[in-house]
Amino acid sequence: MKITDELIDYISELSRLELSAGEREGAKKDLTDILNYMDKLNELDTDGAFELIHPFEDTNRFRNEGCVNGDRREAMLRNAPASKGDYFKVFKTVE
Amino acid sequence: MELKKISSEIRRLTALELGEKIKRREIGCAEAVKDYLEAIKTEDRAFHAYITVMEEEAYRQAEEIQKRIDRGESLSPLAGVPVAVKDNICTKDARTTAGSKMLADFVPPYDATVVEKLRQAGTVIIGKANLDEFAMGGSTETSYYGITRNPWDTERVPGGSSGGSAAAVAAGLAAFALGSDTGGSIRQPCAFCNLTGIKPTYGSVSRYGLMAYASSLDQIGTIGKNVRDCAAALSVISGYDDKDSTSVMQTPFDFSGSFPGDAAVSGRRLTGLKIGLPQNYFDGGISNDVKSAVLEAAKTFQALGADVEEFELPASEYAVPAYYIIACAEASSNLSRYDGVKYGYRSEQAKDLTEIFFRSRSEGFGKEVKRRIMLGSFVLSSGYFDAYYKKALQVRGLIKAGYDKALQKYDMILSPVTPTTAYPVGSQIEDPLTMYMADVYTVSVNLSGLPAVALPCGFGRAGMPVGMQLIGTAFSEALLAGAADVYQQHSDSSSWFREDAGHHPADRAEAEIPNGKGGRGK
Repeated sequence: MKITDELIDYISELSRLELSAGEREGAKKDLTDILNYMDKLNELDTDGAFELIHPFEDTNRFRNEGCVNGDRREAMLRNAPASKGDYFKVFKTVE
Repeated sequence: MELKKISSEIRRLTALELGEKIKRREIGCAEAVKDYLEAIKTEDRAFHAYITVMEEEAYRQAEEIQKRIDRGESLSPLAGVPVAVKDNICTKDARTTAGSKMLADFVPPYDATVVEKLRQAGTVIIGKANLDEFAMGGSTETSYYGITRNPWDTERVPGGSSGGSAAAVAAGLAAFALGSDTGGSIRQPCAFCNLTGIKPTYGSVSRYGLMAYASSLDQIGTIGKNVRDCAAALSVISGYDDKDSTSVMQTPFDFSGSFPGDAAVSGRRLTGLKIGLPQNYFDGGISNDVKSAVLEAAKTFQALGADVEEFELPASEYAVPAYYIIACAEASSNLSRYDGVKYGYRSEQAKDLTEIFFRSRSEGFGKEVKRRIMLGSFVLSSGYFDAYYKKALQVRGLIKAGYDKALQKYDMILSPVTPTTAYPVGSQIEDPLTMYMADVYTVSVNLSGLPAVALPCGFGRAGMPVGMQLIGTAFSEALLAGAADVYQQHSDSSSWFREDAGHHPADRAEAEIPNGKGGRGK
């Protein structure tokens, strides 16, 4: 698997990352090396094999729907990079 | 370089011994906490185990716990004992950074469940330990706050990602510590720093308040001077939590049957215990240092009555690629929350909302984190999902099936933790693939959700510690800890912190190395 210029653009877009020219070349090489190593998995025949997403798949827990926490607005906003009144503040997104 | 003798009697005690003395009021809580905090001030400069030291709060806590002890309240055996918490575990009102610039100013508005439990048990949190950024790494070199050094040789890495937690315990700057283990992040630093660590069964310890890296693999566990300390701490932090939907264990671990009183110890044997030794783990990339120490430990188990048998663990060479695909996939999703809006770093260069996302993430994350996010985004992207992510999940199933089969035959599996002992700082950090491949013995345990106890088993030629691990079926922690304890009672490998133990691994005769029983004289 070779990471081309086109692919690295696609990957950095998906990742919401902006790469400098140096980072970009480094990432192309590193990702190509790593993915080539990962291609080792193709040696194994896994046709029809079970996909294990979670170690113990039968243990999902459900709870009643309902609010259990109190109003922690102030505490939550304390870590916001920018806030105004009771809200997180970002740039205007609708013209 | 060599490990310096721990400079006070209080800090040479195990966590349980210190807890006992505090309970009997032979040592005051504040006295113990002061001893640790003063030592951190003067000695941590050499190691950088801590990102944040919680001095004021620790003294306040110590005072409070002393009052509870004086009132005769029944507290845990670790009441009053100073503990270090890995800095990806949230502590209310105390900065928690995950080793990232992204969270340099993040002050959690709540405690992680494990932290709440530590407080209820009366332990005193003295600081937040350094780690690889977002727990992504095996050397604590990717932390934004600087590298941590191995107390056994400060030119070498302490391992990672829980490297600060391990260095703190090894240097006598915390009585025990919490770490997290996604692919070996507790066990590997324990192996590098001559400590014992437990990576518990997935679902036995709440992950609420642990900053997520790979949610189907992450598990919080304990690091200590010996397995008894680790077990005591694990019984404090484990158990059901309705804030974690993957929490499966109703009651905390009970180790009361694992460690009989000292009188019974000398005669204790492991008769009838069936231990599997994966022979394919001892071919190929393993160093002689590790190979001979672990095989020597296998002989010790045999001499103690266990039935040790070699077997082939299938698909093990596929564990690392499968792990990195799955872990990075989950990381790319988990770390999408860092968007510069609700908390964390926001770039000052951003001029619109999209730029807030892109610039904040690009400036806030370090190189290794970016690499893993990109890998994860790629393997989950349409067109590549089946070839990588789906394939890795199938391989994960095969790996777990291999363990399940082996553990029907054996009570536990004995394996190395790392292919080599701790390596020099800076020697591998530019080579991600080599670093990933060094996780060969640890990641399959996480992929399978199984518990493992890592413990010291000797020293390599450079005087650096070697670790081994005992892997068992889900929720077999008590059995694993019991076996580890018998080994530790019969070898000197876990008495390095005692005043009369030789603290000079390099001085020991070549012939005695790497036998865990060699040269650490009582």
